[in-house]
Amino acid sequence: MSTGHILLGLLAAGPVHGYELKRAYDQRLPHAKPLAFGQVYATLSRLERDGLVAFAGQDRDGGPDRTSFRLTDRGRAALDAWLGEVEPPAPHVTSVLLAKVVIALLAAGVDRARNYLVAQQRAHSARLRELTTIKTDPGATLGDVIAADYAIAHLDADLRWLRTTVDRVVDLHREVRS
Amino acid sequence: MTSVLTVRGVVKSYGPTPALRGVTLDVTEGEIVAVTGPSGCGKSTLLHCASGILRPDAGEVVYRGTRVDTLSETRRSRLRRTEFGVLFQFGHLVAELSAIENVALPLLLAGTGRREARTAALSWLDRLGVADLADVLPGEMSGGQQQRCALARALVTEPRVLFADEPTGALDTLSGEQVLGYLTRLARTQRTTVVLVTHDARVAGYADREVVLRDGEVDESGLGLARVPATDAGRGER
Repeated sequence: MSTGHILLGLLAAGPVHGYELKRAYDQRLPHAKPLAFGQVYATLSRLERDGLVAFAGQDRDGGPDRTSFRLTDRGRAALDAWLGEVEPPAPHVTSVLLAKVVIALLAAGVDRARNYLVAQQRAHSARLRELTTIKTDPGATLGDVIAADYAIAHLDADLRWLRTTVDRVVDLHREVRS
Repeated sequence: MTSVLTVRGVVKSYGPTPALRGVTLDVTEGEIVAVTGPSGCGKSTLLHCASGILRPDAGEVVYRGTRVDTLSETRRSRLRRTEFGVLFQFGHLVAELSAIENVALPLLLAGTGRREARTAALSWLDRLGVADLADVLPGEMSGGQQQRCALARALVTEPRVLFADEPTGALDTLSGEQVLGYLTRLARTQRTTVVLVTHDARVAGYADREVVLRDGEVDESGLGLARVPATDAGRGER
């Protein structure tokens, strides 16, 4: 995920300063990885350096000076290009879950791998239940719901893999030890 | 927490094939319990035994202090018409009857007057957002609409326990969520107990608790574990 492109997108509606950008990020992507203020300002500096955003004014409003930024034509073109770009499906299996099962079988045997798979299923099921509670809360926004849907779909895929792997763990052990 | 339904040591076979090998399950009032497990693990058989549709070969089913498994077929039927509601994967609506006639049917069978039964049926169709389909035949409805009518039919008697067997299995994701959302609200607001059979972790996520069956037994780990031969489990340990 590109923080720069997300900030460009949040600037598309008009000039805003860093504090407002951070607030817009938290509001629009409430379940995304948190974005620190420092990261917002560092990213804006980089975008300004690259000509994707430009100084739009300064105001004080009773506190310290606040610098507003606007999207440049180049920034809008970069945003359009990013939005039109299909993200490549992950080319490698990078899951730590998979690595841990294989290494557990190599280093410690079937019981250890099985215990890990059991504990991981329990943690995944508990998280899935938490997310279901969040998305079915009467106060949930559509943003909350689609973020929970995304996480639930991934947890569900992991759970199906974990269950299948439990059934295969003995055969897998024979293979990795042979 | 008040126990509403207890299944104790239930055994059930189909001919020589065992489906349940001594299952015990305790469900409290207002609880949503998901019964999960791989295909053929016995979860639908458990639901049928718990709801009095099937009589177990051994063990007992107790509902509010009454042995269900020893009741006559007539009394079990009455129990299903009054205290229990059952919802199946494909709704099982009567094809020749309109939505309102389908929903009114359990009340008519229980002796409620025709006008009163139709009024109640329409009220439930309305609560489930399908009142406009009252005079429509099941064959002219979408799968989601049929399932909402089936849910209305299961709830029209205001059961204390609702048994649902893969209730969203034939529905698209959003229609399934609407049905599950309704079931959840029902349990929370009316203290209706829900026993939900599913193979889908996302559906089980709506439950307060998950009970996993494997090969006709409750998997005490709760995770549907494969049995690992002792020789293999021991081998390779360091």
